[in-house]
Amino acid sequence: MNWQLLGRHPSLVVGLLAAVLFALLGLVSLWWTPFPIEQISIARRFLGPVAEHWLGTDHLGRDILSLVMRGTLTSFVVAGLGVIIGIGVGVPLGLAAVAWGGIVEWLVLRLSDITFAFPAVIVAILIAALFGPGEINAVIAIGIFNIPVFARVARGGALAIATQDYVAAARLAGLGNAAIAARHLLPNIMSLLIVQGTIQLSLGILAEAGLSYIGLGTQPPATSLGLMLRDAQSLFLIHPWLSVVPGLTIVLIVIALNIAGDGLRDAIDPRLRHEGLNHGAG
Amino acid sequence: MGVDFDMTFFLVRRMAGFAATLFIAALVIFLLLDLLPGDPARFILGINATPEAVAALRTQMGLDAPAHERFLAWVGGMLVGDFGLSTTQRLPVAELIAERMAVTLPLSLIAMVVSVVVGLPIGILAAMRRGKATDTALMVLAQTGVAIPNFWFGMLLTLVFAVTLRWLPTGGFIPWDEDAGAAMRGMILPGLALALPQASILARVMRTALVDVTEQDFIRTARAKGMTKSEAIWRHGVRNALLPVLTILGLQFAYLIAGTIIVENVFYLPGLGRLIFTAISERDLVLVRGATIVLVVVTTATMLVVDLAYAFVDPRLKGREA
Repeated sequence: MNWQLLGRHPSLVVGLLAAVLFALLGLVSLWWTPFPIEQISIARRFLGPVAEHWLGTDHLGRDILSLVMRGTLTSFVVAGLGVIIGIGVGVPLGLAAVAWGGIVEWLVLRLSDITFAFPAVIVAILIAALFGPGEINAVIAIGIFNIPVFARVARGGALAIATQDYVAAARLAGLGNAAIAARHLLPNIMSLLIVQGTIQLSLGILAEAGLSYIGLGTQPPATSLGLMLRDAQSLFLIHPWLSVVPGLTIVLIVIALNIAGDGLRDAIDPRLRHEGLNHGAG
Repeated sequence: MGVDFDMTFFLVRRMAGFAATLFIAALVIFLLLDLLPGDPARFILGINATPEAVAALRTQMGLDAPAHERFLAWVGGMLVGDFGLSTTQRLPVAELIAERMAVTLPLSLIAMVVSVVVGLPIGILAAMRRGKATDTALMVLAQTGVAIPNFWFGMLLTLVFAVTLRWLPTGGFIPWDEDAGAAMRGMILPGLALALPQASILARVMRTALVDVTEQDFIRTARAKGMTKSEAIWRHGVRNALLPVLTILGLQFAYLIAGTIIVENVFYLPGLGRLIFTAISERDLVLVRGATIVLVVVTTATMLVVDLAYAFVDPRLKGREA
């Protein structure tokens, strides 16, 4: 990525900066938060924004800014691990489908059909029935949801590359399928993967919020943006503030990531500008 | 070799694929839930039950048959509409699910209709005003809509329309046969909450598809024949742009059903979600199994319908591998 490129795409810069800023905010919470996250102070509960608590306090008197910081970290980590699983499993499958073709390709396509039949919520339900709810549950559910997405993106991108002369040349030079996939196909679909990764990261953050909200994701005493909304559920009619802060944080992070994703797509390959279909139906 | 033969072959292939997907999905669900730590028989009888009583109940529930027999019995039963008995409620699972579907299904349909009615015109308008302020404003709106979690939007809607304005109930559900009007009113806010992100996605897809179509030759021809830009887009563009929209629509409906599980929580609706959560916490394996397979069937069937519709609308796509 060269810097001139960034200059020509201001929305990419804004989106990327905002997303990185949120990620840093979450990271900082590992070492420092305005107040200790677990510090309960019933006497000071339901405060609005005041000088001491910038974003107020929740039903247990905990500092909302501190909770949001740590919650943001959880959301990024869960969604990020989900993307890593999706890339780690999906991309090799997609590349293998192109490099080997035939029965391998058929198997990969059928496998991705079957995985598509299991929306993330259903996977989370099944895992929760087996092992009980938790962050790991959310990571696996989101990861499985991501696998066919990356398998298809990798296959689609690699199909176009596989017809190039240099791939035929590599084959003549005696390279096997695996070598061709690793040396020629993979490097050429990196930009596609980065763009899709950004989009899946934002979908993952939304999914984590949904799963934690219904009690299948992050569990107390850990916190996440979705879990904050779950806590707010029984109180938001009287104390709307409790639901406004974590909800808005999610919206801002997701917008930032989506703008960054769109910007990356335009910057890396202007031909893809109009193919903005990948936001899918999460 | 006629067109009909192609179509029949295509239909048979897709139906076979559909059946195979469902069979494997059922196998996955069965294998997963069969590994479930915890014996449902012991759970029902409690910790003080004698081993004999537990063994007797296991036999009665058919739990001591070999796994492959139980799997085949389950699949065979489902083919004739028998999903087994709920281990905790002692009622047919099919009945329990059907009862909850009276909430989940209408809710998904309402959300779908709203997102089409709102999303498509916005997308068309944006495409027609491409590059102008209207386009930018609408796409900023859509960008925001995609980013809003539907359940959080539901909470905001409740605050505005139920708490502040008092137009609609905050939650709860009155059965259709008791008061259909009240039941409908209870569906409006959750339906809107579910529809927002879907409508935003549809608007974006519609705009993109229409912009692509507008750049093609037949629109230029139509313009050359003296049509105005709007006429050309309406008469030739929108129809052609609907194909990609149809695909996304199908995917959305499939995932909407799963989405209701989350949104019904906000409004305390007795849908499929609550049934499933209770079943998980009570280790009602038969019920969890039945509810998840129903969700998978609906998802897969929707995708099949889209595939078929796609092929009928555009026969060129029949032979194409997904």
